[in-house]
Amino acid sequence: MRDRQIKLTQGIDWPIMGLYLALVVIGLMSIFAAEYREGDNVWYNVMHQSTNYARQLLWFGVSLVLATVIWLTDSKFFTATANILYAFGLLLLLLVLAIGTDVKGSHSWLVIGGFRFQPAEFTKLCTNLALAKYLSSLETDFNKLRSRLIAASFALIPAVIIIFQDETGLALVYFSFFLVMYREGLPGALLVIAFSGIILVLSALLVDKNILFIIFSVLAALVIYFNRREIKRSRGRLVLILGIWAFCSLFVMFIVPFAFTKVLKDYQVRRIEVMLGKENDPKATYNTRQSMIAIGSGGFFGKGYLKGTQTRFDFVPEQSTDFIFCTIGEDFGFMGSLIFLGIFVALLLRIIFIAERQRSTFSRVYAYGVASVIFFHLAINIAMTIGLAPVIGIPLPLVSYGGSSLMTFTMMIFIMLRLDADRQMVLR
Amino acid sequence: MSVYNQPRRRVIQLIILGMVLLIVSRLFFLQVVEKKYSKLADANAVLRKVVYPSRGIIFDRQGRSVLRNDVMYDLVVTPASVKKIDTAYLCQILQIDNAEFKKRIVNAIVKNGRVRQSVFAPLLPPEIFGRLQESMYLFQPGFELVQRQIRSYPYAAAANILGYIGEISPQLLAKQAYSAYQMGDYLGMTGLEKNYESVLMGQRGIQYLVKDNLNRPQGAYEKGEFDTAAIAGKNLRLSLDIDLQVLGERLMRNKIGSVVAIDPQTGGILAMVSSPTFDPNLLTGSYRARNFSKLFVDTTKPLFNRAIQGTYPPGSSMKPLTALVALDEGIITPSFGYPCHGAYTACGRSIACEHSEAGHAANLRLAISHSCNSYFVNLYRLEVDSRKWGSVKKGHQRWYDYMTSFGLGHRLGIDIPGEYPGYAIDTIGMNKRYNGQWNSCSELYVGMGQGAVAVTPMQMANAMCIIANHGYYYLPHFVQSIDNDDTDLLKKYKEKHTVARVTDTVYRSVILGMEDVVESGTGRNSQIEGVIVCGKTGTAQNNAIVNGELKKMKNHAFFVAFAPRDNPKIAIAVIVENSGYGGTYAAPIAGMMMEKYLHDTISIKKKPMMKTMLEYVTIDPVLKAKSKLDSLNGATANLTSDQILSNYFRN
Repeated sequence: MRDRQIKLTQGIDWPIMGLYLALVVIGLMSIFAAEYREGDNVWYNVMHQSTNYARQLLWFGVSLVLATVIWLTDSKFFTATANILYAFGLLLLLLVLAIGTDVKGSHSWLVIGGFRFQPAEFTKLCTNLALAKYLSSLETDFNKLRSRLIAASFALIPAVIIIFQDETGLALVYFSFFLVMYREGLPGALLVIAFSGIILVLSALLVDKNILFIIFSVLAALVIYFNRREIKRSRGRLVLILGIWAFCSLFVMFIVPFAFTKVLKDYQVRRIEVMLGKENDPKATYNTRQSMIAIGSGGFFGKGYLKGTQTRFDFVPEQSTDFIFCTIGEDFGFMGSLIFLGIFVALLLRIIFIAERQRSTFSRVYAYGVASVIFFHLAINIAMTIGLAPVIGIPLPLVSYGGSSLMTFTMMIFIMLRLDADRQMVLR
Repeated sequence: MSVYNQPRRRVIQLIILGMVLLIVSRLFFLQVVEKKYSKLADANAVLRKVVYPSRGIIFDRQGRSVLRNDVMYDLVVTPASVKKIDTAYLCQILQIDNAEFKKRIVNAIVKNGRVRQSVFAPLLPPEIFGRLQESMYLFQPGFELVQRQIRSYPYAAAANILGYIGEISPQLLAKQAYSAYQMGDYLGMTGLEKNYESVLMGQRGIQYLVKDNLNRPQGAYEKGEFDTAAIAGKNLRLSLDIDLQVLGERLMRNKIGSVVAIDPQTGGILAMVSSPTFDPNLLTGSYRARNFSKLFVDTTKPLFNRAIQGTYPPGSSMKPLTALVALDEGIITPSFGYPCHGAYTACGRSIACEHSEAGHAANLRLAISHSCNSYFVNLYRLEVDSRKWGSVKKGHQRWYDYMTSFGLGHRLGIDIPGEYPGYAIDTIGMNKRYNGQWNSCSELYVGMGQGAVAVTPMQMANAMCIIANHGYYYLPHFVQSIDNDDTDLLKKYKEKHTVARVTDTVYRSVILGMEDVVESGTGRNSQIEGVIVCGKTGTAQNNAIVNGELKKMKNHAFFVAFAPRDNPKIAIAVIVENSGYGGTYAAPIAGMMMEKYLHDTISIKKKPMMKTMLEYVTIDPVLKAKSKLDSLNGATANLTSDQILSNYFRN
């Protein structure tokens, strides 16, 4: 009996397990703090599933069952079914487009027997498995452009469908897989280009387009002047410089205004403008402002658990889901936030550590995928609550209220633990 | 491959750490460096609620409340919470139309915003409140009923004394002295309500509540640690006798004039009637807006408190004071006489006297009881021309100083606002009027209470106190005590003012003359069975500008008195404007009021007299026709004289 028990938990990575439990428990406590009012009958609420914390507790139970099932599954199952699961995930996403339900302005929910389910969460897991499967297959040579494009499309196809579901935030998450691809050999220049691109977009949003055009032209002229000798030798360089100049100018003058007026939704434009400080409409800034007041009023040591006035009295919107970090910031202050972020950093670094100790490429890519997705969620979510990013509705992994999100991240982490336990095997 | 990719792992780790570092530094700024957020959080979540204490009650001398607090209700609205309600039904109950409904909602939003409460319909009349309360559940949660205290006046009397409360004006709010008030607060606007505002209002409490994003209170902030409790306003106890006040108002109905009765031993005012008056309940709650302008524009000026604001020539009622000055200065003795033959002609013009028989002014007592004009204008001349002073100017100034010490020509400092000073001409005034060229003949009429002297009824009542007390008085006032008093508001009313070094015998001779006035002279109508009353009638001539020309009007009837002669309990001044002789119109009122006060009931023998007095109409018929007062004065006008008569008599 004792041997059997040892076998059951053999190979499990306890640090990950501990960090996972810590985050889920912190999440439950925070949801409780956001909802609880003095005099509430907690036991009654839990028994009747009438509050978010009660439902989250139930989801946690379901998640543990799923985790156990995954733990008892053979690792080869995941490599074998990766593509099928991916196809299934895409099917679900398309199904949502057809028969989905609108919740809070996004058309991304399936309602099955009273339970709401968001496939866009679940497909992160599928995409991660499929990408890992593709990159680890013997036929794939990731140095070739063709392979890189195929790998990119694995991530981008679900993202495009999700954009059509009006869940821009979740769609953006799929860009985190480029971090995995970078790890697997995507040129670093691409990261630099992406970074420059972000700078370009930001400056296009912040600075008047005519001024930018003048700046670009002056810069191009200067570069041409300083490179006049090289240009005399090869015409190609002049074409390259002029090409970049033309692209940047076109982007600033036409593409960004076009995207703002035609592609993005009004509220998204407003949120971006609010984040950039271009708009002062109190209604548009309300969420960010209240969230910053809640976190800022926490001070160094916080107001104490269940003492926060801002989160408990509904000043912060969406405080159980997207703005759950406000509760931590207000009740536990800067010290609490630091510890909380520390737990996340420890989790991410531990996952990377695990990834690097894998023998099989599949497991490594998969683990990096888990780390990238969690990191992206964490960075965007917290940056949004403290006014560093526009209000994009993505949850804080394992902490925010929401069954789909909690179950997806649980499954992602436990598949990784399963793979890690079998790291001596070579999986394809 | 793994080795090849080693730096990439580092890059990814650095990206993660870099992003987290960015977040941490931002958090450090928000939570540790920047302090404004905790203030903003408090502004968000802490509600400062003012708790209004109940306003102090006012009791009369026998502990009957002449004014108390009633509860009324405001209908308040929180625009953001208004759900789909039956607007038409609400409008129907409130008796407004749909356009008005929308206008009020818009006003509420403009004034206080969508999520704060604003008054939708203030001080609901009882019948509307009743209907609304039954169907309130239909209009919740957007609409609520909120309690508000208002004043009510069970005796419907003493309107000008008590004053009224009203919402504070923006002009007052801007003043430093009213910094404790907030928009929408009520405070005393006139009368005792205004003068004793600081004690009546009590101390407002402040409750700090935690509120949620819709401004709904969620409980005490920090367990009420910072709260201060409201302290109820202090009660006032008056010297006023409300029964006497009501009798006075009834006797003065259909007349313009005033009655002031003072307890000479304390200076406490027993009754202060200004007629016409009005029912103070007209100015409470939702009625005030409607009624105030009616009262304000009424031709009979009911808001004008004639007892302290009306100034009249005192006429013959002044004569005892003239006598006192002469006696005090040793210019005459009580046995001084003047050979009057029906007129005073020493100044080159003839001043008529009512009496012409020989010896009617053979001594002071006779002169007072016969009210000999010649005697008293002569006395004034003797006073100011006395060799003691060296010049008539100094002599007149001396006379003026006496008048001042008798309380004439300046504000006495009663404890309700709006008092007028009256007038007594001084030397500077004389120099101005006569270009410096004048003598004792110039204004000799002041000796008989005409000419350059004007008094308020209260000043005359106070002068009676001085004679009754043989030389001292207390400032006339209403408030005898304040419950749990810790102020010095009443200090000046406890101070004894001694007028002159006039000896008792001197007073006695004046008082004897006044006793004769009631016993056998012009004041017989004020006699009280078994009580020695001392009084003096006055019939003051007056002129008014009618249609651009100076016209001689009907005389003002004046009567001043005190009783009993020994150990006096009440001093009184009555004036009935444009009626006729003081003995006919004013003396009976004074007599009945004194009797009521001294005996609590009135002898049945006076019933016909009272009936006559109640039914006298001396108010100018043109004025009366224009006035809306009958509909405004619920206190006295609605009762027939027989209904009133049934209350006061003993067999």
